[in-house]
Formats: sequence, C-alpha cells, structure tokens
Amino acid sequence: MVGNFIGVLFDGVAYGSLLFVISIGLSVTMGLMNFVNLAHGAFAMVGGYACALLMTRAGMPFLATLPVAFVVAAVAGIALERTLYQRLYKATHLDQVMFTIGVVFMAVAATTWVFGPSQQPVRLPEFLRGQVKVAGVGFGAYRLFLVAVVAAITVALHLTMTRTRFGAQVRAAVDNPVAAAGLGIDVNRVFGVTFALGSGLAGLGGALGIDVLGLEPTFPLKYMVYFLLVVAIGGAGTIKGGLVAAMILGICDVAGKYYVPQIGSFIIYFLMVALMIAFPAGLYGRRS
Amino acid sequence: MADAAETVADRAAPRAPGAALVPRLPDARWRPAEVVFWLAVVAAYFVFPKHHVIGSQILITGLFALSLDLILGYAGIVSLGHAAFFGMGAYAAGLLAVHGWGEPVSGLAVAALAGAATGYLTSFLVVRGSDLARLMVTLGIGLMLFEAANQLPSITGGADGLSGVAMWKVLGAWSFGMTGSTAYVYSGVVLFALFVVARRLAASPFGLSLRGVRENVKRMPAIGAPVARRLVAVYTISAAMAGVAGGLLAQTTQFVGLDVFGFPRSADLMIMVVLGGAGRLYGGLVGAAVFMIAHHWLSDVNPIYWQFWLGLLLVLVVLFARGGILGAIEALRGRRGMQR
Repeated sequence: MVGNFIGVLFDGVAYGSLLFVISIGLSVTMGLMNFVNLAHGAFAMVGGYACALLMTRAGMPFLATLPVAFVVAAVAGIALERTLYQRLYKATHLDQVMFTIGVVFMAVAATTWVFGPSQQPVRLPEFLRGQVKVAGVGFGAYRLFLVAVVAAITVALHLTMTRTRFGAQVRAAVDNPVAAAGLGIDVNRVFGVTFALGSGLAGLGGALGIDVLGLEPTFPLKYMVYFLLVVAIGGAGTIKGGLVAAMILGICDVAGKYYVPQIGSFIIYFLMVALMIAFPAGLYGRRS
Repeated sequence: MADAAETVADRAAPRAPGAALVPRLPDARWRPAEVVFWLAVVAAYFVFPKHHVIGSQILITGLFALSLDLILGYAGIVSLGHAAFFGMGAYAAGLLAVHGWGEPVSGLAVAALAGAATGYLTSFLVVRGSDLARLMVTLGIGLMLFEAANQLPSITGGADGLSGVAMWKVLGAWSFGMTGSTAYVYSGVVLFALFVVARRLAASPFGLSLRGVRENVKRMPAIGAPVARRLVAVYTISAAMAGVAGGLLAQTTQFVGLDVFGFPRSADLMIMVVLGGAGRLYGGLVGAAVFMIAHHWLSDVNPIYWQFWLGLLLVLVVLFARGGILGAIEALRGRRGMQR
C-alpha cells in the first residue's frame, strides 16, 4: 500500500516535471510580454515529431535526437515570434487568443496532412526500459531518467536566471519592462531570446514525453489546458511558481486517475477552478 | 477592438464644431440595413425550402453567438466555456421532455432558467480576476460540466446521449417534422424576440455602462457604476440566452449529445463572434451564418482542410481585419462616406 502510494507519487512527479519543462517557456514569455499564447503546445509537438521522425526514419538514437528537438523547436519559435507574434504584443487578449488558436488549428491540420492522424510510435532504448528497485519499491527507469533530466534543467535555469547577466536582464524586464528599457536593456532582444529558449524547452519536453503524453497531431489542443494551467496556477513570469504548479497538477492528476478513476479528470478541473478563485494572480504571481 | 470603440464613440456623440458635448444614448431606431437583414431571414425560408434543417441550426447558433457577444463584445469578458450554459439549457429542455412534459415554449423557459441559474452562480467566480484567470475559470467550469454529464449516464445518457426527447406540437398547432420547417420558423421567432431584447439592452444606459467597463475598468467605479454587479447581471442574462439556444437545439433535433458541453463548441462560438465582428449584435449572427455554411460545404470536402483554412482565416482576421466581417464593411462604408 505504501509502496503503491510512493509509486503513484513518483509517477505524478515525473508527469509534473514534463509539464514543467514544456510550460516554463510559456510562463516566462507570458510574464514578460503579457501575451496569451495558446499555441505553445505546438512547439512541443514540433520537438516531438523531430525526435520521432529522426528515430524512425534516420535511425538516430533517442538521446541524440533530444538536442535536435530543442534546436528545431527553438528555431520554429523564434521564426514565428519575429514574423507574427511581435505584431500582437499591444493587441487585446481576445485578439491574442484568437490568433494563437488559429495557429494551433493550422499546426494540427498541417501535421495531420503531412504525417497522418495516427500516434507516432517510439521505441525507447534498452536502458530506459524496465524497472529499477530502490528500497524494495520499483521505479520505471524511463521516469527516473525524466525526473533526472528535468532536475538538471531546473538547476541550469535557476543558475541562468540568478547568476548570469542575461538572467538579470530577464528578471528586470519581467518586473518592469519600461524601467528596464530605460536602463538600456534591449527588452525586445531579451524577449526574442527568451521566446526561443522557451520554445526549445517545450520541444525538448515534447520529445522527452512521447512515451508518457503520446504524440499525435491533436497534441497542442489536448494538452493546451494543462500548459495554461501551469502558468495560471503558478503565476506568470516565475520559475518557482511554474515548478510548484506543475508538481501539484502532475501529482493530483495521476493520483486522481489512479485512486478514483470514476470521476476521471474532474479532480483536475475542480482543483483549477478552486485555485484560480483562491489565487486569481497565481500562487507566486505579482501581476493580476 | 480599438476600431469598434472609435465607431461606437463617434456614433454615440457626434461632435459638431462648437457644439457642447452632450452625453447621448446610442440611436435605437431600426436602420434599413437591419430590416433587410431580418427580411432575408424570412426570405431564406422560401428560397431554400430543402435546407430548413441547416437553416434552423444556423438560427440557433446565431442566438448562442448573440448571447456570447453580450458578454464578449459589450462587457469584454473573454470566455472559453460558454457551452456550459448552452449544455445546461439543452439538458434541461431535453430531460423535461423525456420525463413527460413535451410542451416546447415552457420547455424553453425552463432551459432559460437552467442557463441563468448556472450563469448567476458561476458569475461570481468569473467577475473577479484578470483575463487569463477568467479564461481558465470559464474553461474549467465548461470542462467540469462536460465531465459531470459524462459520468452521470443514468441521468444524461452519458456518451450515448439523451434520446427519447418527444416534443409536443408548438402552441398545439405545428409539429416538428422531418423537413425542419417548423424548427426553422420556431427558432427564427425565438431568435428575433431575444434579439429585440438584446438590442434594447445594448442601447440602454445599462448597455452603455457595460461598454464603459470594457473600455476602462478603473474609471467606472469613479463615475458611480458598480462594475461587479453590472458584470454579474449581464453574465446571467447572457447565460439565460445561451440556455434558450441549447433548449432550442434539444427540442428541434429531439436529441441531446455530450458535445453540447464540449470545448470545441465554445471555441467555435468565439470564432464566429470574432469573425462576424464583436460588439455589434449582428456580428454573432453573420459570423454564425458564414461559419456554419462554410463548415457545411468545406467539411464535406475534407475535415482537415476545413480546420486549416479556419485557422488561417482567424490569423488573417486578427492581423488585417480587426472587427471581423461587419467591421470591414463599416470601414468600407466609412471610406466611401469620406469620398462623397
């Protein structure tokens, strides 16, 4: 029973870490530009397809595809940001929502057209299959790998944000873009780089998560709510908030579906409404 | 949105040089274009006698879009879960008929009540918070109701849907047949009646204060307008209308499926309103008609293409034609007016 509980908890943490990697870019860009981007999941899908196709068609090993997934999604992100998104920073939230829903629809339709509507099959390498016994409790090797990668990314992100010049610029721009620009920080450039980084991380998350989240053309729509939830609950613009929110969501979703399957995904929606009422600006949000 | 605000302001207070600024209510007289619009709805009945079924669907969706326009176009609440009220109305009307009361008009009243009650109760959650929080809360409420309907098959029929909705004759005279003729007229009359109500509402001081909230939330309390109470009121009214639309769908199709609560219904609805032009009342109706007809044609060709073109259309509308179809027409007319 206890082992069972730990197993569920661990699965929840693994699921939550995936949500975190994919959504963190959305959280930071939303905090920076107050831009509601429903199309963030499309970048995760781009990374996922890059990984799946390289493995099945070019025969690349799983680990080698991960950096490629990051780069491809980051390039897609920066291209879209510089050409289209940039025009909409001053637009109303309604316009932003409509525009990004349009992008999602096009991404879903184009992916279906090119790669077909079915799930992309992925064969994980040998060392990521099976279980690892720790203190009598079995953990999936793949999920352990997930958690380890995400922990490393989180530490790297934290150090980047707190210890580097670029991180200081991002924090300044999130706090007060006008004052940051007045101090000579090129907010526009900071935002472009952050957007590319966030899209890349989403792509990496999409590639890492194929085995947990699945990969099909409707991916951006299916998980849109989850990515938005991480941002809305955590509060836009904070890494800590995103991490806490992603863990809450991951654990509650997995535990809910495991222990009370009859009410299905009801728990997650209830939790979301309850948290949004209690914290309209998110757990760590500064802006409302 | 900014364009819409300008035209509204221009229409509300035409400034002659030297004239004092007199606050005026919007002109509530029926314009010729409006009369033509409603005559076209009547004419469509006779011109397309074989398409009464899709016609009635368009009218019902138009009513649903009208209800969203009240909160989106006037009060500026971005909702991704308006199907919640549509679904409540549909199930209320459907369940009433299944359990032995098939009288349509009173069924619609019950549907309106169901929508209004849900709207009133949830309005307090929606009124507070930022756009993002509202987006998430409306989305969450819609998804919760969907799950609830899905998990209560003993009441709602679950994924199989609610069948056995037996309707009596409308006003004891016209029965719902297979041709959809009764459905078209019935939906058309209900739509027109509720449109008149919405039109009156939009032209009233209440409607004007809603626009004030949309334009500047912070200034409205300063001129003595209780923002939260206004929003609760319009949200409830809008939910009641959406409930009626849902009730109409249940009665005319004599079936209620789980999709009445679905997220695609809410998203499509918002697309229709934006496509037609939000904040104009007719925008929702025009958007619903264009959307439904295009969908009807294009999804026969290939459903995937339909989604792609819909996405492209959305992107183009936001980039180049803010204000939608009606906004573009207004801009054209404005340009011609300048040349004259």
